[in-house]
Parts: sequence; C-alpha cells; structure tokens
Amino acid sequence: MKVTLQHLTKKFPSRDKKDPRDVIAVNDFDFEIPDGKLIGLLGPSGCGKSTVLNMICGLLAPTSGRIFFDEEDVTDLPAEERGVGMVFQNYALYPHMTVLQNIMFPLGNFKGDKKLSKAEMRARAEEVARLVQIDQLLNRKPGEMSGGQQQRVAIARALVKMPRILLMDEPLSNLDARLRLQTREEIRRIQNETGITTIFVTHDQEEAMSISDMIVVMKDGIFQEMGRPQDVYDDPKNLFVAKFLGTPAINVFDAEVRDGMLRIGDEAVLSVPGVPDQPVWAGIRPEGFIPDPEGPFTASLDRVEVMGRDYSIISRHPACEAPVIRSIIDSTIKIDTEAETIRFRLKPRKVHIFSKITEDRLYFDEAAL
Amino acid sequence: MERNGKAWLYLLPALIFLGVFMVYPLVDVFIYSFEEGYNSASGTSFGTGLYNFSYVLHDTYFLQAVKNTFLMVIITVPLSTGLALLISLGLSSIKALKSAFQTIYFLPYVTNTLAVGLVFMILFKKTAYTDGLVNLLIHWFGGKSVDFIDGPYWAKMFVMCFYIIWVVLPFKILLLTSALASVNENYYSAARVDGTSPRRIFFRITLPMISPTVFYLIITGFIGAFKEYSDAVALFGTDLNAAGMNTIVGYVYDMLYGDSGGYPSYAAAAAIILFAIVLTITVINLMVGRKHVTYA
Amino acid sequence: MTDSTDPRVRAASARRTVRQVVLYTLLALWAVMVLFPFYWMVLTSVKSYSAYSSEYIPQFFTLSPTLQNYADAFTTVLLGRYLLNTLIFTVITTVVMVAVVTLAAFAFARLQFRGKDLLFTLFLSLMMIPNELVIITNFVTITNLDLRNTFGGLILPSVMSVFYVYLLRENFAQVPDSLYYAAKVDGTSDMKYLLKVMVPICRPTLVTITILKVIECWNSYVWPRLITDDSLYYLVSNGIQEIRENGFGRENIPAMMAAVVVISIPLIILFLIFRKQIMAGVSRSGTKG
Repeated sequence: MKVTLQHLTKKFPSRDKKDPRDVIAVNDFDFEIPDGKLIGLLGPSGCGKSTVLNMICGLLAPTSGRIFFDEEDVTDLPAEERGVGMVFQNYALYPHMTVLQNIMFPLGNFKGDKKLSKAEMRARAEEVARLVQIDQLLNRKPGEMSGGQQQRVAIARALVKMPRILLMDEPLSNLDARLRLQTREEIRRIQNETGITTIFVTHDQEEAMSISDMIVVMKDGIFQEMGRPQDVYDDPKNLFVAKFLGTPAINVFDAEVRDGMLRIGDEAVLSVPGVPDQPVWAGIRPEGFIPDPEGPFTASLDRVEVMGRDYSIISRHPACEAPVIRSIIDSTIKIDTEAETIRFRLKPRKVHIFSKITEDRLYFDEAAL
Repeated sequence: MERNGKAWLYLLPALIFLGVFMVYPLVDVFIYSFEEGYNSASGTSFGTGLYNFSYVLHDTYFLQAVKNTFLMVIITVPLSTGLALLISLGLSSIKALKSAFQTIYFLPYVTNTLAVGLVFMILFKKTAYTDGLVNLLIHWFGGKSVDFIDGPYWAKMFVMCFYIIWVVLPFKILLLTSALASVNENYYSAARVDGTSPRRIFFRITLPMISPTVFYLIITGFIGAFKEYSDAVALFGTDLNAAGMNTIVGYVYDMLYGDSGGYPSYAAAAAIILFAIVLTITVINLMVGRKHVTYA
Repeated sequence: MTDSTDPRVRAASARRTVRQVVLYTLLALWAVMVLFPFYWMVLTSVKSYSAYSSEYIPQFFTLSPTLQNYADAFTTVLLGRYLLNTLIFTVITTVVMVAVVTLAAFAFARLQFRGKDLLFTLFLSLMMIPNELVIITNFVTITNLDLRNTFGGLILPSVMSVFYVYLLRENFAQVPDSLYYAAKVDGTSDMKYLLKVMVPICRPTLVTITILKVIECWNSYVWPRLITDDSLYYLVSNGIQEIRENGFGRENIPAMMAAVVVISIPLIILFLIFRKQIMAGVSRSGTKG
C-alpha cells in the first residue's frame, strides 16, 4: 500500500498565554511513501514525527491537507476504519490479558462476513506469534515479560489483523542498547517477510539509517529530505540534515568562498568551482580527511584514538564550530602522534558547503576537479 | 533510652484517647452483650448468657430493621455504583463544562444530610394542604398521588433509597472519575486503531482496568449501607420504629437512648450482630473479588 | 469535513454528534437532580408563610420574596445558638485532633522506639472497628463522667482518628531522612523540626485532614444526639431535627427551609473556596483507605 501525504498540516492551539499563535506541529507535508518499504521517519525530539504518525493512523485529524492510501482518500476516515496496525512507544499491551488474548484482541473486532471463529482467531494469533518468535510465551501476562518480549507482542498484535500499513512509534526507545540492536534486525526481518508498508518514527539516526529502505528527515514540523539512507547521507540538502545524520557528526567550519576556492582561516582548502563568493558553513565528514604532509588544511593535533581497523584523530581548529575536529582514517596510514600539528587533504565528495543565510546546500561541480 | 521515652510522649495523647474511647469500649461491648438484663439505671444484671441475642433476634422491631436495612443495601449498592459508573464515563468523555459538572455532582458530599433530607421530605410529602412537588409531577404523567413519607411501605422505601443514592453518589463519582482518568490514553488509542467498538472497549479494557476501584466502592458501599441511619432520620424523623423505617443502627441507638432506651445490653447484642453481618458480607465480597478483580 | 461523500465518514460524524447531544442531556439531567433540592430549599425559604400555605400546587418561583423566614429562624428557635455550638465544637475538635494526630504521626514516621512496628500494626487494625460497636460504651462512659450536655462530652471521643494518623504518617515518611539528620547536626530539637520542617512540607495533607474533619464535625449527628438532650447544647443536625419536630409548628415549612439554608451555607462556601483541595483530599483518602 502506497501512502501519499498532500500538503498535510497540523496546528495545535497555543498553550503559551503570551504567544497566542497556533503551534504548527506539522507544516505542509507533501510526499509519497512507496509500497512495501520500511520507512524511517527521523527527526529530533518534539519535531512532530509522532503527530505525522497519528494523522496517518487516524488518531489525530489534520488541520488541512489530505492523506491517501493508494488512491483512496482516508483523511476523514476514523481510525477504526483505516485498517492500520500501530505499535505504541510504551507498547500499550493490556496488562490484564495474556499474550494470546492481547494478540487475539483485534481479531475480535471483526464484524459481518469477516467475523472469525475462536479457533480461527487462535490459529491466526499463533501464526503471528511464531513470526515474531514469542510462541513459547502465549500464556504469560505482559507484566511478566522483558521489554524486548513486550515489543514483539505489540508487533504481533499490530500484525495479526493483516494491516494495510504498519506504524511504529519509537519502537526501540524503551529497550536497552543490546536489545535495541537485536530488535531492529528483527523489525527488518519481519517487514521483509510480510512485505507490509511500514513507517516507524525515531529520533536515533543510526537506527533509522541501519534498517530503513528510505528515510524521511524532518525538523520543527518541516519536511527536510527524503531518500535512501546512503543517498541522504552523501547528499544532504541542507546544514541540518548534514549535521543530523552520521556518527561521529560532520565537522562544521566557519568558512568563506573566494575566487572558486573554499577557505578555512587563512588556508584555501578545496577548489569549489561554480560557487559565488560569500561566507559559508563548510561541513566535512570525519572520513573526508586524509593525512598528508603536503595537504592544504592545518590543524593542531590533540590525540589519536585507536579503534582497531581505524584511527580517530582528534584535532583542533579555531574556525571549527565544535571544540574538536573528529576524523576517521585507515589505520594503515602512518601518523606522527607526537607532532604539534597535522595536515590534511580533503575528499571533495565528503565536503559540503552551505549558505550562511539559508543554510541550504551550495553545490559545486565535483566533476570539474 | 531517652529517645524511647520521648517517642512515647508524642504518642501519649493518641494512645489515651484510643484506649479510653476505642479499645476499652471494644472489650466492654462484648461484656455488655453477655450480661443478661443489665439495667443502666440500677446498674444490675441477673446473669450471663445469650439471652440478649435471643431477645434482639425475636424483637419484631429488630427484624423489621434487618429487613429494611437489607432492602436498602440490595437496592442502593448496585444502583448507586452502576449510576456512578455511567455518570463518570459520561464525564470522562466530555471536555466542555466538565469541571462545572464535577463540582455540581460533588455538592451533596458537603451538605448536611439531615438538613437536605428535610427538603426531600417536603418534595415527597403529601399533606392536607398540598400534594407536594413529586406528586404534582406524577399527576402530570397521569399517575395517582402517593404520600411517600407517611404512606405505603414501598413508597417510603423508594424515597429512602432515592435519597441514599443521592447522598452516596458524589464520593463514588469522584473516585471513579479519577480511576478512569488514570487509565493510560494509549490503551484506548490502541483499541481504536484496531477498530474496537465502544462497548467492547468498555467491557474488555476500561472495566478491568478500573476494577480495583469498582471493587473498593462495592465493599465500602455495602459497609456504608448496612450502617444506614441518619438519612432515615432526615426523612422520617427520630421515631423510626413508628414509621416502620428503622435500620439496624437505628435500633442500636433506640435501645441505648431516647424513649425506648436504657438497654445497653440489647444495644450491644444488636451492634455485634450487625458487625457479624458486615464482616460476613465483606469476606464474601473479598472472595468474589479475588476472582474478578485484576490488579495490574 | 462534513461535505465528505464517503458514507463511512458521514456515519461516523453523525454518530459523534448524536452521542454528544445525548451525553450532555443526561449529564445536565443529573445536574438538575442534584441542584434542584438546593433551589427548592432557597425558593421555599423566601416564600411568605401565607403564600406557601395557599399553594396547593407548588409554584416554581415567587414574585414577592421575603426575608421574614430568616428573621423567624433566628428569633423563634435557637438557630443562632445551634450555629454557635457547632462552630465551637468544630473548631475545638478539629484543632485538638490535628495536634494529636500530628504528634502521633510524627512518632511513627520519624522517631525510633521499641515496639514501633507492632504498635503501628495494632493502630491500623483499629481502622476496621466500626463506630457503632464502641459508641455504646462511650455513651455510658460519658454519662458516668457526668459529661452529658457539655462540650467536653461532645468533643472528647471525636479527637482521635486512626485513619488520619495513617494518612499523615505516609506523608511524613516521604520527607527525606537527610533533612532530619541535617537538622539534628544543627542542634534542632525534635519538636522544632516537626513544626518548622515537617509541618510546612506536609501542609497540603494537613489542610486536607483539617477540611475533611470540619465537614465531618459540621454534619455530625449520631453522637451529639446521644449525648445532648438539652437544646442549649444541640448542634445544627440535632437542631434541625428539633426544629422539625417541635420548632415552628409542623406546618411552617418556609421558616424551616430558611434554617436549612443557614445551616447548609457555611459548608457550601467552604467547598467553593477549597474545591480543588477538598475533591483531591476526598479522592486520596478514598483510594488509600
């Protein structure tokens, strides 16, 4: 099932008495989510991700704009008529029911010719339980299970009615670090096996990048960028997206473009043909630095951290926004760890420059280099 | 040691009052109940035994009081709990005027029930001068007027139960509303997304979630209704035996004091019988409750 | 939204509207049920005796309100005296009870002494004892002490509440230990610590207890009825029964209603001022008890 959002907007009445203007939680969302994919809706806390999710599932009515499932306009359809499955952040498992009863619960809502017998319901519930690998725990109550197991029950309950779309609100945020890794693989596998269009919300870019077919980045209710994780990472449209994706984060410098050259401090570090002269933000990915005694960029060396296959070089530069520059380089390259300064050459594809006014990306012609 | 002494000093007033007005009387009431024919005027008794209990159990006034009390309990506990549940559900599904409604519904809790009982009396009473407002309404709907205060038994019982429910509802509504408010909104969202009908949401989710509060209200409702007394006085006056509307507690007080008073032994026996009834019902309640109440 | 052509959408929104209308109607109906006796009481109290007596069919409003009934209520019967008695009884009982309960709760929450846990368990088990069981002996005790028809007799058995000790102790126990040790290091006495630290921190609970006790005192009927037969010592609840049976003559309903209004007003005002505290307090005492 393809999901289309058309100029979707949600405003909430202001709670701040001094500022009576409406709070715009979601502002003019306009994009299409392709069928059968796992989509990560990504953004910092409070940016309106959950609001988008709640509008898609029908728990919140949009202020304006439309929502389509394939060609069907579902904007005014109440949640119960939409046939979506939803996994809530705290799972919302009914504490007084067993796992089996929880999973069977949505099936009991079917009416008319869709109505199922008890045996059919049980069979369907058991099948889904096997899919999420909790078929050993059917008689437990949610309170007797670990967070990861509860999560699987919640997914099973959302899947059992064969939803047209599966929505998950911060599915991993209540799990500890180890379970998080395991569960996100699990989500990936379940989505692959069922092929149901799945949208999940997260504030953790690593989580979204690692399992999503596509990610949608948003900030303060405004859509930023959508695409395959690697594409968005490699080709961010603005400073926010560049900074939000990637660990360690991109290094941002207060820089300037003059005569087709990117200048950081006194040094002309990279040729950027086609960009008009102006002050800019220069973002350089940690993997964009190559130690080179002849390189154009000089930083004072702080320390070198060995991370096995890679080195992490911590250095400083007055124009850098953060206290230190983090760069990651192959451990086969020899470095003088005792030196005062270190010189780098930059990989053009890992350097992005942004307007200081709009913070939008300023493109330069890499091919011309 | 000095520390020890000081703590007891803080406890002393509480312990004295408890000792004199609670622990001693508790022992004493059992002694009274077995002292046959104790007369508080002469301070004498003529033996010990079960005579007091036998007397009370054969007293027609007591049997009438037991019948009245049981009727009140059976009628008012389920009705008031059910009604409170309906009203609380209504309250929790509205936004506008919610707090105004809540405030109004709570009013009877802070009013003097003896005083407001008088208002109910004049609303329901039929005299030579006027049929009263309720009878006026009955006329409008084509019924025959009835004196609810001095008339037939069922009419008196009706006003009694109506007034009891009016008096006990505020507490139940308040507790149920806060119980409903404490159910996490996510459960309802989850149920809605799954297309659950309101009926099913209520019986399968809401009710189990608030069952501890409902259960608590049923238990305390039983206990409270068995101790019904002052609401009856408010409606029918102090001579409840004459009105045929006495309650067990009323019987205890009548034995103790007033025109029919002076028999603390009978009062003690009746009070102990009441206590035994309440205890039995509570134990039954707890046993039933264990099966049906879910503590999350 | 309403111009949608999808029948499911229209059905859902129609259902919502109907539901809301029915809901508000029913809620308003019960609000009328609750408020009507109050309206009727005020209305009747401002009708003149002659006007009221001549109404075979009760009138829902009056065009010639009078305050004569209120004057009668204060002059013909001892309403002023009843109010004063109730005020004295309520104030003394509440003040003494709060003091007794606070001291006991402090001992259980903070002080160390042998047998504390056992004593507290015994305390809690007393909560299950119904008043009806102990009132018989208390009646005899007060009679023997010659305290009938005195404030002493009215007040003494009412100044202790196991339940409020329990409620306050739970609250006291939430105050961090470190505050106590800090105060001890500074040389603060236990009593000063209680008054200057514990009481201010736990003020909301103390306010709740005070208000609930005031309501209880103002409405108390059974014990005052047993212990007073001299109308000079009646409280309002007994007073209203007295007025009903021997006061204005049985038929002077308007004067009786004026007395009822006067008796009801203090608590209603108290409720409207402390609405939030009272409702929160009752709900808390209900769920914990």
